[in-house]
Amino acid sequence: NMALRELSSLEKYLGLKKPNKYSTQGDKKVPVLQNNNGPPLVGLVTIACHLVKEANRPELLGDSAESRAVVQQWLEYTVTKLNSCTKEDIKTILKDLNLYLQDKVYLAGNQFTLADTFMYFGLHPIIMDLAFQEKEQFVNVTRWFDHIQHYPGVRHHLSPVVVLRNRIYTSRHH
Amino acid sequence: MKLFVSEGNPQCLKVLCALEVTGVQCDVHYVNHEERVVPFLSRPALPALLLPSGRHLFSPNAICRYIFEVNGQESSDLCNQWLEWEATHLQPALAEALHMAVLQGKGSEVSQVLQGPLNFLDQSLNNGNTPYLIGEAVSVADVVLWAALCPVLSDSSLVLGKHKSVKAWFDHVAAMHSCQSAAQKVLQGKGLQGMKSYMQRQPAPQSSQCRDTQPCNSSPAECGEEEGERVVSEEDMNAAALKWSKGLNADPLSKEKQHPILPQEGKRNILVTSALPYVNNVPHLGNIIGCVLSADVFSRYGRLRGWNLLYVCGTDEYGTATENKAREEGMTPQQICDKYHVIHSSIYKWFQIDFDFFGRTTTEKQTEIAQDIFWRLHNHGFLVEDTVEQLRCENCQRFLADRFVEGTCPHCSYPEARGDQCDKCGRLINAVELREPQCKVCRQIPVIRSSKHLFLDLPKLETQLKQWLDTSTSTGHWTANAKQITRSWLRDGLKPRCITRDLQWGTPVPHPDFKEKVFYVWFDAPIGYLSITAKYTDKWEKWWKNPQQVELYNFMAKDNVPFHSVVFPCSLLGAQDNYTLVSHLVATEYLNYEDTKFSKSRGVGVFGDMAMDTDIPSDVWRFYLLYVRPEGQDSAFSWADMAMKNNSELLNNLGNFINRAAMFVTKFFEGCVPAVELQQEDKKLLALVGWELQQYIQLMDKVKIRDALKHILNISRHGNQYIQVNEPWKKIKGVGTERQRAGTVTGVSVNIACLLSVMLLPYMPTVSQTIRDQLHAPQSCVSTMLQGTGTFVCALKAGHRIGTVTPLFQKLETDQIEALKKRFGGQQKTAQNAATVPAPAAPAAEVAMVNGVDPEKAKRLTQAVAEQGDKVRALKAQKAEKAVVTAEVAKLLDLKKQLALAEGKSPEPAPQKGKKK
Repeated sequence: NMALRELSSLEKYLGLKKPNKYSTQGDKKVPVLQNNNGPPLVGLVTIACHLVKEANRPELLGDSAESRAVVQQWLEYTVTKLNSCTKEDIKTILKDLNLYLQDKVYLAGNQFTLADTFMYFGLHPIIMDLAFQEKEQFVNVTRWFDHIQHYPGVRHHLSPVVVLRNRIYTSRHH
Repeated sequence: MKLFVSEGNPQCLKVLCALEVTGVQCDVHYVNHEERVVPFLSRPALPALLLPSGRHLFSPNAICRYIFEVNGQESSDLCNQWLEWEATHLQPALAEALHMAVLQGKGSEVSQVLQGPLNFLDQSLNNGNTPYLIGEAVSVADVVLWAALCPVLSDSSLVLGKHKSVKAWFDHVAAMHSCQSAAQKVLQGKGLQGMKSYMQRQPAPQSSQCRDTQPCNSSPAECGEEEGERVVSEEDMNAAALKWSKGLNADPLSKEKQHPILPQEGKRNILVTSALPYVNNVPHLGNIIGCVLSADVFSRYGRLRGWNLLYVCGTDEYGTATENKAREEGMTPQQICDKYHVIHSSIYKWFQIDFDFFGRTTTEKQTEIAQDIFWRLHNHGFLVEDTVEQLRCENCQRFLADRFVEGTCPHCSYPEARGDQCDKCGRLINAVELREPQCKVCRQIPVIRSSKHLFLDLPKLETQLKQWLDTSTSTGHWTANAKQITRSWLRDGLKPRCITRDLQWGTPVPHPDFKEKVFYVWFDAPIGYLSITAKYTDKWEKWWKNPQQVELYNFMAKDNVPFHSVVFPCSLLGAQDNYTLVSHLVATEYLNYEDTKFSKSRGVGVFGDMAMDTDIPSDVWRFYLLYVRPEGQDSAFSWADMAMKNNSELLNNLGNFINRAAMFVTKFFEGCVPAVELQQEDKKLLALVGWELQQYIQLMDKVKIRDALKHILNISRHGNQYIQVNEPWKKIKGVGTERQRAGTVTGVSVNIACLLSVMLLPYMPTVSQTIRDQLHAPQSCVSTMLQGTGTFVCALKAGHRIGTVTPLFQKLETDQIEALKKRFGGQQKTAQNAATVPAPAAPAAEVAMVNGVDPEKAKRLTQAVAEQGDKVRALKAQKAEKAVVTAEVAKLLDLKKQLALAEGKSPEPAPQKGKKK
């Protein structure tokens, strides 16, 4: 289950000492966190935000009301838009993100947040599948992606994506 | 802070509600549904909030959360949980429900769509036993969920079942004046109808069955599985059953090709070329899939379609690289070409590339035709003269190509910079700029000499070229990359291109002012297509000077596109002799190898002769390469993936189905196809299979080779399912109708197997023939099934006797694949190490591999030849069955051939086999 692996990677990133126990619920295998002090928490984003608060890293959710709203918006985007998209949708998503990231280092501006982590998880299979010329076409996304996958402690369960051209044969001698 | 909303948009209800409930002040602007407020989104997204900092929020839930936070109410974990549920579970269902209710008038089905989420909400409210979602006070969660559900829950026409707790909560929230007032603003008292114009602009929602599909990754068959079940109408079924009952073509296409194949009046005349592989190397997997194999699949398919088709290719032999290779190996260039031409031929033969003719460029025909085109260009004024400064080694008596000069980099002073590029600073260098240049062969200092050359005047031909391109690219099947690369060349502007070189190994320039010179390979090589055809038939002009009757398909990898779309067409247009120009330019992307980094300039990868040496059958190699054909985007070769595709697709899906179908005939019906009584279910299957066949044909006609393959695999998937559901192995034990049912299912299945053998023919020719041999299928089924939009007929009638059935595929075991990975990984490691040090000479292991000469391998093979020889002698002594002996002898000959290659000798010509295609 991807969601559980993402949560486990997040735990490692946050340096949580003992890993939490998760189960899943329903056809969509929504992650569930059994909580000792209350009812279980359901949903990837919900649990992720909860873990961040527990680790006492509130800045990962944004340092102002505006930033917090922006972070939540992109978190929601990753769980609603990225999980069920057609090839056409993928093109649109990449195009939009590319424009959005044109003048930004991170999704919420100049600060690394939880939104970067989950957008990275969500985009990973899509970026893996891009042709090199497409990676060049969506250069801001590629740049951001490469940055995040090298951000200390983020990558964990995913394979690194090579942004280099990597060919099996060379062009002719023309 | 500015909020943008539109009327009739239920998402806007959420944010207006949040404003009303919290009393937060904000400018609200009503805009059109189509208004693009958020600058970075390509689809209009409303509501949108412009924040004081200039940033935009476009998610209604994030906007509501922000409004509440500004008002001092930060959202709790529980609140987050409801908002996430609303976005991921409730919204998709609501979108579908509203689409049905507002646009399709199917209000009655809404309750079913919403049942799941409403049950969940009802239960939660019931358990919580509080007036609001979270405790005693209204929160952002209540506002968002209420607003989301408001359009459907306020509509009395929609019967939504008994969700008592939902109803109580909904009414409780609705009682707040602020919510009512927001609802009035958005829906204007018109209920669902108020949303019509908004809904019409939304993309149709995915239905709940296929909503959870993952983004589609590279493998075509996996996407197929996700398409969900096709709906088959009554008419489809009857049409399929009618087709099924039609017989095979009485007049089968003649199986034997009649050479020479020439264009015929009234036929579709198709000329197929594959980019000419350069002779001084063993071809790579990338070369094979990009050019010869793709063209082979298309040619085989075209012949099945009944087109009059000629497929030519050959080795490209002239140029500096050959000259230098000859010097290295102490041979003449001609000897080098002879040696490698044989290597190429034998590899393509192993891959079953069915050329009508495989020639070479070093022929008299080449000289004749190239010089004719040259004189025509010259006489029509399309050649211009210019001088070029070049380095010349007086000691070697020759001009030095860039790669044969070394010296000090003018930029970074690295002492071993190459003539084209510096390995240290990576800058591109013009060879004459190098400081202290040296000839790489003799280490003498070259001098700068100016030399007179001829240039093809591309700018003068540009208008004519563009005119032709407009027509060809709009009427033919040009791949997207081919069009794009061509466009970018034209956009950058065309410049004159030098067509002559100071070399010996080439087609001589016939002009008296330029003797001593030869044609530059890019000018010369594509003319090879013509001269190779001329070697095949002296009526070659019927193909090449006949644009009215002939369609020309060029297959290549994308790096070759400009030479085929711009440069060569300019040569032919300028020559003005009614040449046949390319109608369909089919270019592949790149095939990558595993996840290892390669040194581009050193050309490391998997080579054709290695594939022969893996014990994996040629058909399986073809299948996998075609399965990952870089069609539309780059793809990757991986050993593990190859094993997986072999085991899952070939063994468990395709092979399993065909083997089961045929085994039922053998085991339950004494080898005779049973009588078929078609029922609804069978007709439905026939229609599904017919549809897949139709897709296959449509895609193949457009040269979407990889996409078409998925439809073959879909058919066997349908077949397996059909067998699984009908359980003929149980029904056969029954009596009467039960037994008859087993017969029908078996008869339909074995006929599908027969169809599959035909569809597979272009991809896996040997397996395809084996299936038909096992089924004793009539040859005419091959010509019947692919006619028109596809004709799936009952080719094996009741009573038809089939042959001996054996499994078609073998499992690739993990340890076997690991061993291969390791074996080929060793060589890559050498190359990788080499790549980290800018060594001037390629390491020995790599040179050996590139040549095809490999002493290690030779040693292994010598041993293997000896052992196999003993085995054959032993079998003969025991008077073993003839077929067994023949098979072992074939293995022995193959080993000897590989040994010869590994030792760098040209292998003995393979003995003529009994049947020749």
